[in-house]
Amino acid sequence: MTEITATMAPMDSKARRRRRWLSRRRSIFIGGLLVGLVLLAAILAPLLSPADPYEQVLSDALLPPSWDHPFGTDDNGRDLLARVLYGARLSLLEVVVGVGLAVLVGVPLGLAAGTIGGLVDQVIMWTMDVLFAFPGVVLAILIVSILGPGLFNLLIAIAIFSVPVYARLMRNVALGLKSMDYVEAARALGASTPRIMFDHILRNALGPVIVQSTLTAGTVVLSAASLSFLGMGAQPPMPEWGAMMSDGRNYLGVNIYMSLFPGLAIMLTVLGFNILGDGLRDLLDPRS
Amino acid sequence: MHIYLLKKLITLPLILLGVSLLVFVALRALPGDPARLMAGPEAPQEAVDAMRVRLGLDDPLPLQYLRFAGSALGGDLGTSIRSGRPVTVEIAERLPKTISLALVAYGIAISVGLSAGMTAAVNRNRWPDQATMLFAIAGASIANFWLALLAMNYFAVELGWLPLMGSGTWRHYIMPAITLAVMPTAVIARMTRASMIEVVGQDYIRTARAKGLPESVVMRKHALRNALVPIVTIIGLNFGSMLGGAVVTESVFNWPGLGRLLVDSVRFRDYPTVQGVTLVAVTAVVVMNFLAEMLIAAINPRIRFD
Repeated sequence: MTEITATMAPMDSKARRRRRWLSRRRSIFIGGLLVGLVLLAAILAPLLSPADPYEQVLSDALLPPSWDHPFGTDDNGRDLLARVLYGARLSLLEVVVGVGLAVLVGVPLGLAAGTIGGLVDQVIMWTMDVLFAFPGVVLAILIVSILGPGLFNLLIAIAIFSVPVYARLMRNVALGLKSMDYVEAARALGASTPRIMFDHILRNALGPVIVQSTLTAGTVVLSAASLSFLGMGAQPPMPEWGAMMSDGRNYLGVNIYMSLFPGLAIMLTVLGFNILGDGLRDLLDPRS
Repeated sequence: MHIYLLKKLITLPLILLGVSLLVFVALRALPGDPARLMAGPEAPQEAVDAMRVRLGLDDPLPLQYLRFAGSALGGDLGTSIRSGRPVTVEIAERLPKTISLALVAYGIAISVGLSAGMTAAVNRNRWPDQATMLFAIAGASIANFWLALLAMNYFAVELGWLPLMGSGTWRHYIMPAITLAVMPTAVIARMTRASMIEVVGQDYIRTARAKGLPESVVMRKHALRNALVPIVTIIGLNFGSMLGGAVVTESVFNWPGLGRLLVDSVRFRDYPTVQGVTLVAVTAVVVMNFLAEMLIAAINPRIRFD
């Protein structure tokens, strides 16, 4: 019975709307907090680290957590807390470079496809569909196998498989805005196509692009960690979380902390970006 | 419907054409001489030249592409550098392993995801809902190899309940399949919840309730059946990320499937195999997505008019 009244009564819509507003704010707050923590860890890494992340003290190898080494040490006697903290820098770098490159390439492509239309649109979107057909990891492996392993090459690969997301998004925004009255008015007043693209369409796409970037950030961190774990991204001795776990894989049953803490860090980071992205999307698109 | 079908049928080969072009160009973009790579670093110059002629690398690129695409269509993907056997044979040997693992994982994901999503939708905003949503968000944020390492550490190394790696018995499936299932389970649970909540708000559900049907019948017969469309879509479209997950999972658990073949081939610079596995995997994804779209169009006429 309660369900029936809940779906039928428009009276409680004000309360529901308030609750939804609150939960939206809550996800932005929680997500922002998590991302903020990672950012803080990255900035304060030198202050918070009990030791140098690269310094090897072989006599202290594979220690469990203790006062001196809160997360324990790895097989080379390096402090794991320090490595996880410095790893936050690498992960945020991955986000900035991976998402940045994808936006820089994808947004102009989608903008061109949406505003110019015709053959340009078809060729661009066909290319995007082809890229989109690849599972991200598989495309990244193909690209890394050509460029060679390494963090920067991996980020190029990740950016390439993220490009279609932004191109499609931007094209949809452009198509939606193109027929809006104010854009047609601008055109009637003699504004050039580039001017319409940048002044009227691009500016309005900022919101969706920011939401998408936040959502992609989580994927970028996960993919970069996965591929580094497989040995195709960051190489030792870089304190990249996935690469650290690739190391930890050899010490199962001996020292699980080498895998446990980097994985936890990945989860908190990705969780933060995903929750924040969800909240921002709901804020921007009240329908969902 | 026919126009929609026709459009999709034309796009399908166009996408596959693009995919094969990209894979072909990728191999040609390799630094160094492919003939030297295939012949091996110590081979004499004559052997390299002979290899170049044998591979047809003297011919113009478009001709090379046509030959590559032609033999790929005929089921010839070249010879593996590592094993010296046809790539097609290598793939055929590994494919059943990946398919069986994926099927078990999909089975887990669909049964757990559907029931969790249903439970969440029925108990909206109460604790089962919140627990499901928490799992759905967390499940989509976890690195599956992390879960794999933790599970291996506790259930295989410390407790000795399950085999650590490899394949063979049904017990070998448990850890890899669950690891692989986490991400799709989260996605399916979330989609089921959203889809059920939307359907439950429809008039025909109110009608079904008003005519006195028991709630369980309303949910199963009226709501779930209509909520299934987006759920089937997401399962079909998720096939690609499932394959991506299999690459990592198979590598961690030493599972002799396609994913591990791909990773090992990259490590050994076995480019024909990398090319072949990529081509097969992406073709499978494209065809699966196509089938999912067809199924949706068949179930829901509204989509055909997009």
